[in-house]
Order: sequence, then C-alpha cells, then structure tokens
Amino acid sequence: MPNFKIDIVTAERIVYSEEVDGVVAPGVEGQLGILPHHAPLMTILQAGELVVRKGGDEETMAISGGFLEVRPDHVIVLADQAERAEEIDASRAEAARKRAEERLKDKQATGLDATRAEAALRRALVRLSVAEKIKRRRKL
Amino acid sequence: MPDIRKVRRRIRGVQNIAKITRAMEMIAASKMKKAQDRGLAGRPYAEKIEQVIADLAALPETTMHHPLLQRRPIKKVAVIHITPDRGLCGGLNANLNRQLASFILQQDVDVEVIAVGRKGRDAAARFAGDMSAEFTGLSDQPGFLDTLPISSIVIEEYTKATIDEVYISYAGFVSTLVQKPVMKKLMPVEPAEIPGGQNVDYIYEPGAEAVLGGLLPRFVEMEIYHAILESIASEQSARMVAMRNATDSANELIGDLTLLYNKARQESITTELLDITGGVVALE
Repeated sequence: MPNFKIDIVTAERIVYSEEVDGVVAPGVEGQLGILPHHAPLMTILQAGELVVRKGGDEETMAISGGFLEVRPDHVIVLADQAERAEEIDASRAEAARKRAEERLKDKQATGLDATRAEAALRRALVRLSVAEKIKRRRKL
Repeated sequence: MPDIRKVRRRIRGVQNIAKITRAMEMIAASKMKKAQDRGLAGRPYAEKIEQVIADLAALPETTMHHPLLQRRPIKKVAVIHITPDRGLCGGLNANLNRQLASFILQQDVDVEVIAVGRKGRDAAARFAGDMSAEFTGLSDQPGFLDTLPISSIVIEEYTKATIDEVYISYAGFVSTLVQKPVMKKLMPVEPAEIPGGQNVDYIYEPGAEAVLGGLLPRFVEMEIYHAILESIASEQSARMVAMRNATDSANELIGDLTLLYNKARQESITTELLDITGGVVALE
C-alpha cells in the first residue's frame, strides 16, 4: 500500500513522525484530506483535530493552529501547539473552556479580548473533544 | 607561627566552599544538558520554517509587502539583550554587557533596549538611554509560550514603525568551554537564499501572501525562543566551568593550608617537647 511520511513538529519538540496512509487536517478553508500522491500544497491550519490513518488504525491529535506543507512523499505540519490524545489534560482543558466562556459572557470584553477568548475557547473545545474520543475508544 | 586553631577553621571553611561549588557544577551540568536537548528538539521546526520562508520569498508574485520584511531608513534601533538572571558564571555577563555597550556606541541613531534577564537589565539601566521593556525571572526551562510576550513587543513596534531595525544579543554556544556573545539582526527578516529552491509548484491556501504573513511572526518568535535556549545552555556551561575552576582552586588551597597546619602542629610539638626536656634537665 502506498504511504507517506508525516512529521508534526512544534517549536518545542517533535510530536509525531511516522509513515501513514492518510491525514485529515483542519485547514482554514475547511477540512482537508490528504492521501498519497497529493499535489504539493502549503496551507494555514486552524485550531482543530488532526487525524492520521495508519493501517486500520487512526490517531487523533489536537492542534491549535499552524501550517501544513505537502511535498511529493512527505507531509510536514508546523504546529503552534500540538498534543496527542493521551497527553491532553482534560481537567485543565475544561477549566480553560469555562474561563473562556465567562470572559465571552462579560459584555465589556470587546475587540481584541473577545477574539482572544474565542480562540482560547476553540482550543479548549478541540482538546476536550480529542480527549473524549480516546476515552470512548478505551471503553470499547 | 600561625595560629593552629585559626588554620584549622580556615581549612574547614574552604572545604565547605569546595562542596558547594562542586554541587553547583553538577547542577549546572545537568541544566546545560537539558537546555541543549530542548534546543535540539526545536531544530526541525526551525529548519522547516526557514526553508518555507525562503521558498515563499523566491516566488515572483509575493511582492514582499509584508510589514516584517519592510526596509526603512533607520531612525531607531531596538536590541533584545538576553542575559542570565544570575551571576557566578565567569566572564559571561561582563562580555555580553560589553558587547551591548560597544554596539550602542557604534550606532548613530537612538537605541532602545529590551532587557531579558536581570544581569543585562542592571547593566543596561546604567549606560543605555532607553529601556522599553524588561523580562526577568524566566525559568531555566522556559516554554515557547513564556517567550511570546517578548516577541509580541518587537513585532508590534516594528509593524507600527516606531523601530526600524531589531537586533538580538545573546550568548552563543560554541562549546562547553567557549561561549561567544552574538549580535544578530532579527528584523527586517531577510529570507535565506536557498540555491535551487522552489522547484516544486505549490498550491497556496488561502494564498501565498497570507501564508507568508502567518509564517513570518512565527519565524521571529522562534528565533527569539532559540536565542533564549542557547543563552541558557551558554550560561549553564559557563557556570559549570567557573565552578569547576573554583572547586579546583579550593582543593589547592586546602592542600596548602593543610601543609601549613601540619608544619605548625609539628613546630608546636617540638617546642612542647623542648619545654618538657628543658624542665627535666633543670630539675636534675
């Protein structure tokens, strides 16, 4: 089966580096599926879930924005932050979600503050949903 | 004749100092290792982002309008001066601060200092005219997020054109024994020229300009983060070497003092013996 290599790196570390069969990434212009022999592409990613498929297995990661580059046999994700499902601290994400929601409710928050809170909320929600997924899978 | 008890107390004091400096040496060694590992872990990201920016800048249609690439007549220069918070690391702090001072003297225009680390802040407060921000108490293992406030200041000021050039001054890590102060231009960003680059036709989403615009601030943030990591590795290795020298000197001093102590002890025994025999002779 044809496959390609994906490297998910942040400024701090290499999060994931393996041969995979496919990737689904949260592009700014919508979900983006990448299979082998994809055309060269360079895109901005938004906060969301990044899924890699390998054999019959898939793994979900939470990323909080970044860039994705597709080369002929190699995909590189430059993530602002990235976490594999098992690394996510669900209680911390939950706290972050509450904090962001409260800040958004606060009518006084305008402009920059509101944008920031919204971004924080998005990141927290992504983390929670990724963490939730792996929990469900463990139960099965 | 030296006072025996004083010499003994001195020996004990020096032994204690040697223990402390030895412990500090070992702590510095482990911290240095950690800082180096963190620097290496971020290397792939750094290489990638540099290459992509070079690729993008080589595109004919990117007319390089991005504010961070803009070159302006220089009216004001900013320096991010990265130093340790603590001393006891040999000549590292002095060298860094001297580099900053001579840099400021060479400039014909106003220089604004952004101090990261207590040692550089204290020195810059003495001789630099303008300090726009200071960051102290950064941990020994700063995360990428901890360094973002520093980059956001320079990016914002550069975009607003209140500063026209940004330099970064930090302790470059050459080897465990050698650290060299480095002064590097950070902005305007000058994309590296990669020969034979851009041989693949990329699709850019949502557009080349937007991608470049998103990448450039990341690039600056990453450069600053790496400079800080490298400074920490330099600081710790400088401290390690300084503390090793201190331990060696302390041990040498202990040797000298022990010799002195033994001589004094022997001398006093000899005089006592002479006293006793003299007394016996007098009695006979």
